[in-house]
Amino acid sequence: MTSLHFDNVSVSYGSHRALAGFSNTVRPGEWLCLIGPNGAGKSSLLRSIAGLVKHTGDIRVDGSPLQFRSAKRRAQLVAYVPQSPVIPGDMRVREYVVLGRNPYISHFGQETRHDWDLVDGVLERLDLADLGSRHMAELSGGEQQRVVIARAIAQDAPILLLDEPTNSLDIGHQQRALELVDLLRREHGLTVVSAMHDLTLAGLYSDRLTLLHQGYVVSTGTASEVLRAETLAEFYGVSASVHLSHDGTVVVVPQRKKGGNGGD
Amino acid sequence: MPIETSYVAAHGPTHRRWWIPTAAVGTCVAMLLGSMVGTAGPTWWRVPLALLDHLPLISLDSGVSARDWTIVWELRMPRVVLAALVGAMLSLSGASYQGVFRNSLVDPYLLGVAAGAGLGATLVFALGRAETSGWIIDPLPLAAFIGGLAAVAVTYMVGVSFGAPKSAASLVLAGVAVTSLATAVQTFILQRNNDVIRQVYSWILGRLSSATWSDVWLVLPYVIVSSVTLLIHRRLLDIMRVGELEASAIGASVNRIRIIVVIAATLGTSAVVAVSGLIGFVGIIVPHAVRLLVGASYRSVIPITIFAGASFLVLADIPGRVLQDPAETPIGIVTAFFGAPFFLILLRSRQVTK
Repeated sequence: MTSLHFDNVSVSYGSHRALAGFSNTVRPGEWLCLIGPNGAGKSSLLRSIAGLVKHTGDIRVDGSPLQFRSAKRRAQLVAYVPQSPVIPGDMRVREYVVLGRNPYISHFGQETRHDWDLVDGVLERLDLADLGSRHMAELSGGEQQRVVIARAIAQDAPILLLDEPTNSLDIGHQQRALELVDLLRREHGLTVVSAMHDLTLAGLYSDRLTLLHQGYVVSTGTASEVLRAETLAEFYGVSASVHLSHDGTVVVVPQRKKGGNGGD
Repeated sequence: MPIETSYVAAHGPTHRRWWIPTAAVGTCVAMLLGSMVGTAGPTWWRVPLALLDHLPLISLDSGVSARDWTIVWELRMPRVVLAALVGAMLSLSGASYQGVFRNSLVDPYLLGVAAGAGLGATLVFALGRAETSGWIIDPLPLAAFIGGLAAVAVTYMVGVSFGAPKSAASLVLAGVAVTSLATAVQTFILQRNNDVIRQVYSWILGRLSSATWSDVWLVLPYVIVSSVTLLIHRRLLDIMRVGELEASAIGASVNRIRIIVVIAATLGTSAVVAVSGLIGFVGIIVPHAVRLLVGASYRSVIPITIFAGASFLVLADIPGRVLQDPAETPIGIVTAFFGAPFFLILLRSRQVTK
């Protein structure tokens, strides 16, 4: 199992600072969930771990800095599931999932039998074996999401990054996708960092939440510590009530503003 | 070998095993047909016999006179082999540009590569083609390569920096602009050098008809280097299909792949354009037809496109030779005749699927 350590990580796009001085330590096997309104810097943090945006500060995996790694070596350590993945509709599912093996294949090489075996194993475990020769465009949204996660699992990296993994899914598929991540986390000992919009689900599945606002960390801790009605009101501008259910789940329920006409 | 068979069926990309041998046999058949058709020369069915007769260790009576054999071997065969090389290279470049730019509408012509290469070659003609005859390395393909590379670089930079991000149309429009500019400069140079107009025009319209073995030897090294490089990159072209961001996230060096593939495709295109002239639409028809047959994976499309492109151009060259009255029909006209409607259908189907 692998730890992830951030020291003063900042991301800027031109003069706009998207993430400012983020420091944190994700323990081996932990699930850290980033929450916050749009533009808070969640995606920027995930992309800086995956090496997709320039950042300052240090990101360390098991104590060794990530920025000096080659793209391939980094991809062996960190698998990234983007917010809206590009789905090549005319690509077959097995061909798509095998792309995750790229970090282990030389520039001039081709996949080996071991790579295809591993892909078939991943498809089997994610209940996708029947879909292997189907085209990506033929799959439902939930199936596509699982195939994208399958590609990340095929990458065999100890750290999994998920940017809004349940964005376009209905409530049933949301639950299934997150259960799957949780199962894989426990089976493989993955360390997970995700960005999520649904606060109840975020609190339900992750070990720890970090609330970002305009690039800064405003609160970090367990669900019951971070998800407080007054905090949400301040940073999301939302009127919500927070309940603690009998099994310890923190439930966030939006409320209609009193006196509002509903059309606003 | 039953183990090998089941291994490929279960582990390789789908639909792959029979297509490559089938395509290779198809190319051989097309080349044989190409060598059998022509106005002068021996009766068509004697040609395969004569070819067999000239293989080592085989001796049979083909009934083909020495004069007729010269027609087959010195006139028809170089033309057929050159058509195969040009067709393979243009198709392969088209497929590679489409993959690396993630844009199914581009080909060596729409990107301006051909026009740039044409401009480079025109400069060689204008500065005195005759003087270069003694040179060890023929400057014509090199000048074409530099022109082609400059054109694709400008097209790419303009298309990416000024166009809407991820817009397929902006790259094509930039290519149209670059093509117009290169063609205008070329016309200007020709006006100033009246004496080479005929040479250059016969070259622009394609001069497969006057192909000799020396043309074949001239392009062969470029075609081999370019094809091998592109074949090696077929797996990486599949990775490019998930977009720049995700390709980087799975450890692909997107810029390195893009530069290598563009240079290789441009090198091959420029070399064949330098001997065969501008033959349009091949780079767009053939890869798309191959995709319809074998699926969109570049692991299959790249190798099969080589054979399909070779067969296509060899066959497309046949009507030009038969329709000889009053003059031979240039092959560029034959490919445009099939290619332009095909391109329009492609545009329409893209609109529908969107």
